[in-house]
Amino acid sequence: MQENPKAVALISGGLDSMLAAKIMQQQGVHVEGINFYTGFCVEGHTHAIRKKDKAKPKRNNALWVAEQLGIKLHIIDIIEEYKRVVINPQHGYGANLNPCLDCKIFMVGKAREWIAENGFDFIVTGEVIGQRPMSQRKDTMPVIARESGADDRLLRPLCARNLPPTLPEREGWVDRDRLYDFSGRSRKPQIAMAKELGIEDYAQPAGGCCFLTDQNYSRKLTDLWQARGERDYELDDIMLLKIGRHIRPRPNFKMIIAREEGESRFLQGYKKSFIHMLPVSHRGPLVLIDGDPGEQDLLLAARLTARYSQGRDAEQVEVSIVREKNREQVSVTPFPAHEIPKEWLV
Amino acid sequence: METLDARHLLCPLPVIRVQDRIKTMQPGETLEVACTDPGTRHDIPAWCRIHGHRVISCWDENTEIVFRLEVGA
Ligand code: SF4
Repeated sequence: MQENPKAVALISGGLDSMLAAKIMQQQGVHVEGINFYTGFCVEGHTHAIRKKDKAKPKRNNALWVAEQLGIKLHIIDIIEEYKRVVINPQHGYGANLNPCLDCKIFMVGKAREWIAENGFDFIVTGEVIGQRPMSQRKDTMPVIARESGADDRLLRPLCARNLPPTLPEREGWVDRDRLYDFSGRSRKPQIAMAKELGIEDYAQPAGGCCFLTDQNYSRKLTDLWQARGERDYELDDIMLLKIGRHIRPRPNFKMIIAREEGESRFLQGYKKSFIHMLPVSHRGPLVLIDGDPGEQDLLLAARLTARYSQGRDAEQVEVSIVREKNREQVSVTPFPAHEIPKEWLV
Repeated sequence: METLDARHLLCPLPVIRVQDRIKTMQPGETLEVACTDPGTRHDIPAWCRIHGHRVISCWDENTEIVFRLEVGA
């Protein structure tokens, strides 16, 4: 065996994977990080879109962690391949549309391909037995190792001593006695370890690392699949689900209404591919129409657009409707706010 | 000098595009990247620091943020 074992660590940007990588570094392992971009990641995005968030300095936590640790970080675009994980997870979903177990299997599987291509010896994750209800259980952790094909080249330094010894431990590449035996939902041991290591500033993800754990987001994705009659999506679809107010007045079309200037500016980028509306007699939001609306539908959408403009109490609001290169202007009565049925709000 | 259009992409996609392009380039070569996501102001320099590439300059052009990068060894 070589003198310096090499490990790739799955870096999410949270504390656990940071600690796992750090423990390996302390044992003299050469560590590089890998981070997967699924399109659903909470990192980035909406911060950059909404104006109110602009003042806050924004950072990509995975990059930040890598810089703190002094390791390289490889960010991998898995948007296309990840679709089958979201659309048809073999192990089902968690509380919302989060396919955590399949997701972990997929990511560790990708890391396994990566170590084979790059001459690395094993994979490290920040998983802790019992920390998460779906993917981090005593009975699902071996499933991840097995189904990803990583088998005993997958080491979880934070809870390794509660699991059978892996290849890096058996071969003496790492010292099992200096690994940990964390378990359960408590975050105290990790926080204590961070303190000991002098790590003060780290991200604390609440529910999970992606939008699929979010109830509202999952509802919008379900609605999209229902309306299209198939479970599929493009990157633009899932980006658009993150922003704006979504209203579906009829099964055949949905409105995406910017809630503020930053969102309006972001939606501008999609104008070419959607029918869109903008109030012209009053200030108001840019609205994209997704689906296949008829003439009556467009008039209804224009009235709703007027409702969200500053002319909501006016008799008439002028709204421009743009279809490809065709622009027309209609004069409509704003839709009364109290008459918008709840079921329309996605 | 090579150029890369990363406009209308949200982070981390611009970083991924830069990373993938730089893989095909030689040390000392330069790459000019145009972005629109303000997050790139932070993420592209951070990624360059980690991997030993250099941000030669960064400037605003209307609504765009442009970086000129030099590939490290
Ligand atoms: S929260 Fe999202 S990214 Fe994290 S494991 Fe679950 S599905 Fe995967």
